[in-house]
Amino acid sequence: MLSVQDTSTPVIFTPELISKFDDIVSRYPQGKQKSALLPVLHLVQAEFGWVSPQAMDKVAEYLSIQPIEVYEVATFYTMYFLKPQGKYMLEVCRTGPCEIVGATPIMEHIEKTLGVKEGDVTPDGLFSWRGVECLAACGFGPVLQIGPEYTFYENLTTDSVDKLITDLKGKANN
Amino acid sequence: MGRKLLLEHINVPGINTFDVYRSKGGYASVEKALKTLSPDDVVEEVKKSGLRGRGGAGFPTGMKWSFLAKPEGVERYLVCNADESEPGTFKDRYLMTHIPHLLIEGMIVASYALGAKTSYIYVRGEMMPQIRILERAIQEAKNAGFLGKNILGTGYDLELYVQPGGGAYICGEETALLESLEGKRGNPRIKPPFPAIAGLYGCPTVVNNVESIAAVVPIINEGGDEYAKVGIGRSTGTKLISAGGNLKRPGVYEIELGVPVEEFIYGDDYCQGIANGKRLKAVVAGGSSVPILPANLILKTINNEARLMSYESLSDGGFATGTMMGSGGFIAYDEDQCIVRNTWNFARFYHHESCGQCSPCREGTGWMEKVLHRLEYGHGKMSDMDLLVDVSKKIEGNTICPLGDAAAWPVASAIRHFRDEFEWHVSNPSAAISGNYGIAHYADPLPTPEPVA
Repeated sequence: MLSVQDTSTPVIFTPELISKFDDIVSRYPQGKQKSALLPVLHLVQAEFGWVSPQAMDKVAEYLSIQPIEVYEVATFYTMYFLKPQGKYMLEVCRTGPCEIVGATPIMEHIEKTLGVKEGDVTPDGLFSWRGVECLAACGFGPVLQIGPEYTFYENLTTDSVDKLITDLKGKANN
Repeated sequence: MGRKLLLEHINVPGINTFDVYRSKGGYASVEKALKTLSPDDVVEEVKKSGLRGRGGAGFPTGMKWSFLAKPEGVERYLVCNADESEPGTFKDRYLMTHIPHLLIEGMIVASYALGAKTSYIYVRGEMMPQIRILERAIQEAKNAGFLGKNILGTGYDLELYVQPGGGAYICGEETALLESLEGKRGNPRIKPPFPAIAGLYGCPTVVNNVESIAAVVPIINEGGDEYAKVGIGRSTGTKLISAGGNLKRPGVYEIELGVPVEEFIYGDDYCQGIANGKRLKAVVAGGSSVPILPANLILKTINNEARLMSYESLSDGGFATGTMMGSGGFIAYDEDQCIVRNTWNFARFYHHESCGQCSPCREGTGWMEKVLHRLEYGHGKMSDMDLLVDVSKKIEGNTICPLGDAAAWPVASAIRHFRDEFEWHVSNPSAAISGNYGIAHYADPLPTPEPVA
């Protein structure tokens, strides 16, 4: 079953966004516009913070494919959020090489500092966090990334995580 | 330290820009190939080089290229696999971040060799910064006349695009990657037909790893025969090794194939030993999928010869006492690491990443994760080790793609070499939660083999 949260906010694709979509579609042969699906979903998520059912339907309409073709892709790939997240989603690598240099204590520290469980959003709407699988930065672990830019933070310590969270709070309040 | 064929200029300031890259001899291979060589000549040079696919399988790149079908009037595609997701591997991220034009240059030469007019670089979605770097590099190359219509006035046209993935390990498998590039779920295809016959959009397609494509640049510049002189035996050239885990100096190293493993771990030019003065317990030499080896077996083969960083030497002894070069994701474990916990961690990874298409993998990875979890958390049974081996055997070879094997091997090898550590977890559940088994006998010198009469 598609586990998605509904929302009444209407989804509007601005002309700027549509022109970005068009640019992507132009990369593929005529009739192969479905290839644009993954990049278009990334743009949708960057714009709205998550991939809502309404947005998926509009993407299907834009690409002239069936809505199910969008749903099955959005639910297969782990980068697409099927419910709203905090403004900053801290994704901590939890796989082997990061684990042996201390990924678990970093996740425990984040959980304690933010006061929310994995996947939940802080009451101010600013933060979410989750453990993710290998981010291909195994020589610099523990690491975390924050979308939609997917900025990387390497060689994490509890101190550097504290500073990151403080900086992000400052950024959000300015 | 050996020769650097890929990363020689990596520390030159501004090497990520076209102008600096070009001033260091960049794009010379494009000029040489397009102006003086036929596409078949380029394929021939790559064949002569002995280059083996750097993504993990180690299949000869030139041979893969020569399988490409060339029916009249049908498009052919080159797709670069930059979906680097094998735990322990981060060399492609490094290359794309710091010297993106090397990949672009290799893509142009390889596309010319294969007759592709449109090529794609499929980059894992998490690497958005690298995607932006590559897109800028492509624009720079295009402005300088190395991409687009009539490249360098030779009449060859090529468009190059970067495609982001969506966060799925399975898309590193070439047919899953093609499905994903077509905008679908990353479910691997049944082969045959191989991509060389029916790949992207049903057209003949070659899929190559980032490092393989980059290696085409020195191969064309110096000639395949010269490239083949670097390295050892059938392991020709240089290899990027991603060194991680409990090493004093982790990072990406370009090595000449054939460096002794011991020198790679302890040498001043390489990782400089184990961090914090600890001792080496185990190594995963080629990314999480390859068999894990205890310290004594990674440093020496079963015949007590020094083990080398080469395809042949790493696999010496088969799976009984050897491992694989894989993607070059080299993970070192110090004496404080728990092999049971690590094996559970990897099993969870494969369960999470299984696409769910084949039952042995979909169900088996879940069972292995569950059983390893109970072993790690003090609820294991003595029969669990045999159960795990049994499950791993039922996955191996029974799935459409190699993810099943990749999930089975780390579990089977951990039990093969570290069985007493697993048994200790069962016999001492509370001690296993608060402490760990330590280095035990895993670094002891190997017995000298009996002389053959």
